[in-house]
Amino acid sequence: MAADNNITVKFFARLREELDTASLTVEARPGLTAGQLLHDLAERGGNWAQLDGAQPVMIAVNQLMTKPDKTLHPGDEVAFFPPVTGG
Amino acid sequence: MIRIEQQDFDPAEEYRALRDSGSGTGAIATFTGLVRDSGDMEGVTGLFLEHYPGMTEQVIQGLIREASERWDVREARVIHRVGYLPLGEQIVFVGVCSAHRGDAFAACEFIMDALKTSAPFWKKEISGDSEHWVEQKASDLDRSQSWE
Repeated sequence: MAADNNITVKFFARLREELDTASLTVEARPGLTAGQLLHDLAERGGNWAQLDGAQPVMIAVNQLMTKPDKTLHPGDEVAFFPPVTGG
Repeated sequence: MIRIEQQDFDPAEEYRALRDSGSGTGAIATFTGLVRDSGDMEGVTGLFLEHYPGMTEQVIQGLIREASERWDVREARVIHRVGYLPLGEQIVFVGVCSAHRGDAFAACEFIMDALKTSAPFWKKEISGDSEHWVEQKASDLDRSQSWE
């Protein structure tokens, strides 16, 4: 049942490289927001510490841009990435 | 029509497809973006482009929908390449057909400006042995916000 309670977290571009992580999973918990998840990950230290406001981090939940106060649910796909630079 | 792909595209083919959009079309505006030799760094020899599969297509679809609500848009085609692109390569194509030139110009420029600040693509400049993830430009944000 544990897998059903997971949230998938993806990283892109500079963050993906600096964290050496394209994706990971975390366990959902009641009331967890995208901003709190960023804070939790920043506590891993090292390059992860930048997630706590040192650099702008954009947030998408289920592929829609959102704000840090967005509540996360089991099965959600959360993505953290730098401001976009295509075109 | 949206395509995100590694391979190159032929603007003439895209133009032909836009011309076939129907007898109500009186104007076609197109934009093509290329890899140039200077950006955040000088002596750029190529770019690496990354995207968020799925979300990127959805965001661009939303931009075409928004353009169609604001202007007369008969058809829009957006192609964006990803992966490694050497100097001079084509990166992006936006083509819009409309009844009149004003709508075609505006919708094409809007889609391009909004794509740069909202579609999840990231560019890394490569110059010899050095690499640099491009920073978002205030001027690009200003251009995108000018449509609001």
